[in-house]
Amino acid sequence: MRNALKEIALPAFAIAAALLVFGVLVWFAGVNPVDVWVTLFKGAFGDWFSWQNTLQRAAPLMLTALCVAIPARAGLIIIGGEGALVLGGLACAALPYIVPLPGNIVGTVLVCIAGAIAGALWIMLAGWLRQYRGINETISSLLLAYIAIGIFKHLVEGLLRDPASLNKPSTHPLPEGLAIGGMFGSDVHWGLAIGVVACVVLGLWLRATASGFSVRVVGGNPRTAQLVGLPATRLILGACAVGGACAGLAGAVEVAAVHTNANASLIAGYGYAGILVSFIARHNPVAIIPVAILFGGFGAAGSLLQRRLGLPDASVQVLQGIAFVLILASEGLRMVDWKTLLKNRMPKAVQPRLVKESA
Amino acid sequence: MTADQWIALVAGIVGGALRVGAPFLFVSLGECLTEKSGRINLGLEGVLVLSAMAAFGGAYLTDSAWVGVAVGAAAGAALALLHGLLCSLDRVNDVATGIALMLLGTGLAFYLGKPLIQPQAPQLPAIPLGFWSDNTVVQSALQVNALVPIGIALAVFLWWAFARTRAGLLVRMAGDSANATRALGYSVSGIRIAATTAGGAIAGLGGASLTLFYPGSWNEGISSGQGLIAVALVIFARWSPLRCVGAALLFGGAGAIGPALQSVGVGWGYHLFNTVPYVLTLVILVFTCKPGSVAIGSPGELSSTR
Repeated sequence: MRNALKEIALPAFAIAAALLVFGVLVWFAGVNPVDVWVTLFKGAFGDWFSWQNTLQRAAPLMLTALCVAIPARAGLIIIGGEGALVLGGLACAALPYIVPLPGNIVGTVLVCIAGAIAGALWIMLAGWLRQYRGINETISSLLLAYIAIGIFKHLVEGLLRDPASLNKPSTHPLPEGLAIGGMFGSDVHWGLAIGVVACVVLGLWLRATASGFSVRVVGGNPRTAQLVGLPATRLILGACAVGGACAGLAGAVEVAAVHTNANASLIAGYGYAGILVSFIARHNPVAIIPVAILFGGFGAAGSLLQRRLGLPDASVQVLQGIAFVLILASEGLRMVDWKTLLKNRMPKAVQPRLVKESA
Repeated sequence: MTADQWIALVAGIVGGALRVGAPFLFVSLGECLTEKSGRINLGLEGVLVLSAMAAFGGAYLTDSAWVGVAVGAAAGAALALLHGLLCSLDRVNDVATGIALMLLGTGLAFYLGKPLIQPQAPQLPAIPLGFWSDNTVVQSALQVNALVPIGIALAVFLWWAFARTRAGLLVRMAGDSANATRALGYSVSGIRIAATTAGGAIAGLGGASLTLFYPGSWNEGISSGQGLIAVALVIFARWSPLRCVGAALLFGGAGAIGPALQSVGVGWGYHLFNTVPYVLTLVILVFTCKPGSVAIGSPGELSSTR
């Protein structure tokens, strides 16, 4: 119980501190920090409209955070989720070019699967390079993300371009029946449900199944995994594939529910924000859900900060950066034994000492 | 293509190697110094963007490009100092901190640099290496950033300092064996913080060459992963400052293929040619890394190679 409290208290404390530092920063820009905090809250969770905006942004964040969290549990730091997201979106938009799809839920599922496969293969490549060539997966996944963005732009502006998109090169829009709609008549699309289900299912998988446990052993102690004969390479590649599939799915959902076609607005930094979300959630899939909603909220409030208070649109990015730094710094405080520390600070009671007087 | 176009293309790539390679050179030297002390700084991407903004702002406000360079180096050093301090805390992973600083550095740069997107700042002087030719295309392609000679001198200095000076030896010792350093009574954290900060200042010069020479203006797309490529580049250069120069020029040349082709009228595959540096980095990593063994010349304490 006490441990669980600490798990929640430290990140909460770090985010509060980040908001405080951010307040000081905007104060330098001549904006009242209290106004900023109120606007942040209102823009994120103030009314139903902002809630819808928040949840819409939280959906891809959950999926891209899983792309960091699942490989991280297998011991890999993958930061190229943006590449998997972009390729997932591209695959989703490109599938109707290749095969005729039924214009109903089956078609939607198929384009989503196409996105997930594209993302899975891309992140698996980073895992494969690490296992077979010994290349640091953090660096290779990021390089792969830049390559993916290059391929995306090349195809969207060339082979797959819809001639009708003049100023903003895009692919042909998805056929009408394939779009993902809102849940229960709201603006929040079904991508949120997909994200939540993915987080819960993967959380259960890691916690309650043999293969999930094996992945955690491989990540936690590679030597033990070797001694008990776990197929480390296969498990690591599997974890990469699952993570990549989530990020690819995020791209597909963004295309099918928000943009309707693949264009440059897909490259919106969800992959990078997902890294932050996953680290704050300590790579725990279920904890990703609330953290993604919180940071989706900050993202949603960004435009309000810009309009109401005249702050630059990058202010949310600054807030994210500060929060990330403070979260990591708070890790350093995790193991501090506060009780002993406080006790040592207390003035020590002076023990009366008996001295035998010799006559 | 005609002969003139070929000359223009080759001049574009050679000149581009010097122009596009300049930020690579500084960032890889900074990363080399940091990694020699046993830490990896993935946050140099953030350092590069922040210092690019700071250099442009400094030059714009004081009307002197060289003041801008100094401001850029100072901003880079400040962000790298934060990295050094954070990593000295218990259980703080240097890779994760690097990712955090990448986000923070770019965020801060975009936040503070919003008013700098429109104005023009004084630019660094150019060294005309193309004086021998009377072809204007060649001449304009071979205009070289005045910071490049400084970078090459810095590489030679670092190489000499690692081999011959007490400070260089201390940095290498902290990188190869923390225990040996402690046994001799030096502070491992202190040496690493100092090396990281100095590395940030050097990377800051790379940021300055981005906004004060080529492309020569501040915008939010100013850097596209040069800071990260530098990390791979240092592995490729096997942690030698001198080899960093060659590696940076190679990558600059690779990065210049896209723009050079576009300048002679080949528009196809512009985005694909722009990914050449990343592909090249991966290919080089595939050939230089071996599974299960430590790369030759790598500092023993480095977390990325173990």
